[in-house]
Amino acid sequence: MSAEFILGHYNYWVVIVLMMAGLYVVVSRGNLVKKIIGLNIFQTSVFLLYISMGKVRGGTAPIEIEGTGVIYSNPLPHVLILTAIVVGVATTAVGLAIIVRIREAYGTIEEDEILKIDHILDFGEGAQD
Amino acid sequence: MIIWTPELALVLSLIIPLLGSGLIVLADKSPNRREFVTLATAVLLFLDILYLLVAVVAGARPSFEVLEVIPPLAVAFQIEPLGMLFAVVASGLWIVNSIYSIGYMRGTNEPHQTRFYVCFAVAIGSAIAIAFAANMFTLFIFYEVLTLSTYPLVIHKGTEAARKGGRVYLGILLGTSIGFLLIAVIWTWFVAGTLDFTPGGILAGKVDEALVPLLLALYVFGIGKAALMPFHRWLPAAMVAPTPVSALLHAGAVVKAGVFAVLKVVVYIFGIDYLSMTGASQWLIWVAAASILIASIIAITKDNLKARLAYSTVSQLSYVTLGAALATSMGVIGGGMQIAMHAMGKITLFMCAGSIYVATRKTEISDMAGLGRVMPWTFIAFLLGALSIIGLPPMGGAWSKFVLIAAAADTGDLIIIGVLMLSSLLNVGYLLPLVVRGFFTPVPAAALGSAATYAPGSAIKEAPLLCVLPPLATGIGCIILFFFAEPIYRFIESITSP
Amino acid sequence: MFANLSPHLAPLQVVIPLIAAPLSLFLRNATAAWLFALVATWSAFVIACLLLVQVLDQGVLSYALGGWPPPWGIEYRLDAANAPVLVIVSGIGAAVMTYARQGILAEIEKHNQVLFFPVFLLALAGLLGVTITGDAFNLFVFLEISSLSTYVLVSLGANRDKRALSAAISYLIAGTIGATFFVIGIGLLYMATGTLNIMDLAMRIADMGDSRLVRAAFAFIIVGIGLKLALFPLHLWLPNAYTFAPSAVTVFIAATSTKVAVYVLMRFVFTVFGTRFDFQELTLSYLFLPLALVGMFVPSIVAVFQTNVKRLLAYSSIAQIGYMLLGLSFATIAGLTAASIHLFNHALMKGALFMAVGAVALRMGSTDIDAFTGLGRKMPWTMAAFVAGGLSLIGLPLTVGFVSKWLLIEAAFASGQWWIAGFVVMSSLIAVIYVWRVVELAYLHDTPEHVNVTEAPASVLVPMWGLVLANFYFGINAQFTTSVARRAAEALLGVFP
Repeated sequence: MSAEFILGHYNYWVVIVLMMAGLYVVVSRGNLVKKIIGLNIFQTSVFLLYISMGKVRGGTAPIEIEGTGVIYSNPLPHVLILTAIVVGVATTAVGLAIIVRIREAYGTIEEDEILKIDHILDFGEGAQD
Repeated sequence: MIIWTPELALVLSLIIPLLGSGLIVLADKSPNRREFVTLATAVLLFLDILYLLVAVVAGARPSFEVLEVIPPLAVAFQIEPLGMLFAVVASGLWIVNSIYSIGYMRGTNEPHQTRFYVCFAVAIGSAIAIAFAANMFTLFIFYEVLTLSTYPLVIHKGTEAARKGGRVYLGILLGTSIGFLLIAVIWTWFVAGTLDFTPGGILAGKVDEALVPLLLALYVFGIGKAALMPFHRWLPAAMVAPTPVSALLHAGAVVKAGVFAVLKVVVYIFGIDYLSMTGASQWLIWVAAASILIASIIAITKDNLKARLAYSTVSQLSYVTLGAALATSMGVIGGGMQIAMHAMGKITLFMCAGSIYVATRKTEISDMAGLGRVMPWTFIAFLLGALSIIGLPPMGGAWSKFVLIAAAADTGDLIIIGVLMLSSLLNVGYLLPLVVRGFFTPVPAAALGSAATYAPGSAIKEAPLLCVLPPLATGIGCIILFFFAEPIYRFIESITSP
Repeated sequence: MFANLSPHLAPLQVVIPLIAAPLSLFLRNATAAWLFALVATWSAFVIACLLLVQVLDQGVLSYALGGWPPPWGIEYRLDAANAPVLVIVSGIGAAVMTYARQGILAEIEKHNQVLFFPVFLLALAGLLGVTITGDAFNLFVFLEISSLSTYVLVSLGANRDKRALSAAISYLIAGTIGATFFVIGIGLLYMATGTLNIMDLAMRIADMGDSRLVRAAFAFIIVGIGLKLALFPLHLWLPNAYTFAPSAVTVFIAATSTKVAVYVLMRFVFTVFGTRFDFQELTLSYLFLPLALVGMFVPSIVAVFQTNVKRLLAYSSIAQIGYMLLGLSFATIAGLTAASIHLFNHALMKGALFMAVGAVALRMGSTDIDAFTGLGRKMPWTMAAFVAGGLSLIGLPLTVGFVSKWLLIEAAFASGQWWIAGFVVMSSLIAVIYVWRVVELAYLHDTPEHVNVTEAPASVLVPMWGLVLANFYFGINAQFTTSVARRAAEALLGVFP
């Protein structure tokens, strides 16, 4: 684990930090909107993973230009990520829509309160467990 | 012009009960027509089986394959002597029992009679399919169909007690068949590459010798219908069913299917010689012997007549298992004879118990003092059946017991001879008291238990004719079987020396 | 015209439901939308059958989308492993669409009814796409299309019970994490091999041998897909999602989405990573096998104590997925045959069962176990279908459940681990308990005084009984399904032996 190794792989460290941060938010925050944000952070880390892997050393943007011997970065990850971003946006949209409906039906978007209401529905009034 | 071949008769024997059940459903609205359909189906089936009997005695072994279910495992049928014997017993007794059922169901005004007759037809059909199964796969399929088709019969009365009895019935039978038998069958399939019933067995050299007793145990305990202790509880639990159900199914088709399957497994899957060579069934001799004695002792303690008869059945069934466990041809033949003799005897006893219920609504033996004087024919039939079970000449049961004792003497299992003798004594102890009490005990001063007194000339009289004739017929059948014992012996013997 | 179409059947399989989805939005009327969706789903089913016939005849079918040849272009690849899954998914889709009419009227709010159909068609298109594609990233995209639609479908149950919403959001979070893990795995594979085409990946990984990158990719993919197929203990989203979704939706997702996920798992574990991958053997025997065994057992026991029949069947489904994973973990032809055939058989079983429960929900307004009291008399056809499905679940002969169990136990013996047979058998016996609870209540008790219901309508009974009869037919004559399953197993294992 030399300094060169750590610095040379900085993009992966960023990815890992974002991934863990996102997952942590999803798991630890009770507010549903915050969970969705956590999911977004998690998904962003994946985007960075893909894009950063596409960079070729000394490569330029993958837009064809005149001349021979030009090194381009790999365009495929960019394409993949565009798709993944769209998927992420769609997921966020559906998630937020469901959260709006939850707000209408439950009156709250805090997970623990929702669980409490669900529990009462499951087991009847007065079941305090 | 139909060419009447044994193969055709075989196919018909399977189709007739099925068609019959469909026709019974259609005849739901008219009880007389429905009863006629039942009887006609039973008679037609019996005639067909008789035709097959003649052919098989002459040496024919008709077979046919239906279809491959999981290739190459197929549903296939082939007749051999043991199966022929079982089929004759099942179909013959169906006629007798149908006549009896008509008397009983009408006498007690039971509801859901159509469901009753339909399930009966399907159950008998499954029993015939089991009898004629050519491989263990087919037998397993129809074994399960038999369990499912008899469940509605067991819970017929619809009371909480009936539901509980049904749960025990289904629980034990499905539990043993799925838990033990299925594994035994697939294990056999895996090591032997086939499940066809083959004289001499299919397992020789295929299984590690130390594992053969385990495989046998999985089979014998998996065949829960043979009521080998400790998986016998379903039999007394099933007594919540109306008596015709108990008579045919639990003295006839269901339990006989169980011990028949045990015999088939011993003869055609393991092979008698293989078993005796590996000694894998030694433990079974003792378990069966214990089952015989313990069940008889429990029978003595029961006051409810049907419960007593149920435990008697458990005990008598273990005779067959014992015969199979001795792993000699004489043991197997004795077991086969016991199937026929016990069926005839037990069905008599159960029908009498039902007749007593129809006429007097009594179920406890202690209530039945003096009843024999008012219901003489029923009690005479009971006496005949009892003597057969006890094993006294000139009743058929004497021969099956004799052959089993001879087989035990052959293998040097003298203790087993003692067990069989002791069992006869115990049979006396739990069967004869009813007869004695019925004929010789005076009528009690005050009415015991049920409402009616039975001084001569009172309301209680003999059971309806349709309930009296069948048990008398089967009682006399026990005597007839005594004289037919040798042909039966020779018939079964042919499987052990192909 | 059909001669012109037939080389293009593969993309049409996905395109027809995909385009039908937005088109059905334009039909304002729920009935018109239903008819339109009906035509679309049944066409998809016909196409799937045609494709299966072609595959069984010719072997592998490959279609290059846009004319770009693989491995640079996206390829739709059909072999004996995924062609049957197409038939299952589209068949269930068609059956459910026929069945769904009444349920939708009863369970979804009026102004949302038209919207059910586009979302359903999108879910169907997504699942079909997952099955048919030969490109790993394309798989992810279709997986997400189907998942997002499914989240919406589950939430539509909110009209009856608002817990559908919390079920939907839990499902969304769990499913998204799963899909994202999956795409991370795909990314790592791309990093290692430079390709996204499944067959190409398989070749290159086989050449590469072991490497930490590939192992990491394997782990991410397994966990990602595991969440989708409710691999124990990643199953927590399933019971609520199945229970609170509208009945027709439950039938659909119970019979299809987890099956497709199992197929994806098999495809990746056996084709992409292949059995030469050393890490594989460890994972299969030390991870999948114990998880499958626990997954067969624990949910079955939990099912016994449920008071809601839908939830009972949901837990039962998790147990049945355990059966499939068990077959998978043997990694033999016999094991994969059992797993593949159970894919098909379970779809038939659970489809019939959930349809029966849906019919009861339609008439009684509830799926609590008490609602079933005495229905044996009032709704005879429905309860008979339930009994048939129940017998299949228990695995009694003459039903498809028996065929699956037989093959699974046979595979256990063949792999030398005969003690596993005991587990399989024990979980069947537990199934007897929870099935019989419902059956007893329906047939051996009488309906309460105030209950006055009639049998379910024909549009509900016909697809239900179609599935029931299929249950019996393929249980009695399993030649076709067994041979297809065996070919599927060979296709999965035999590519890079």
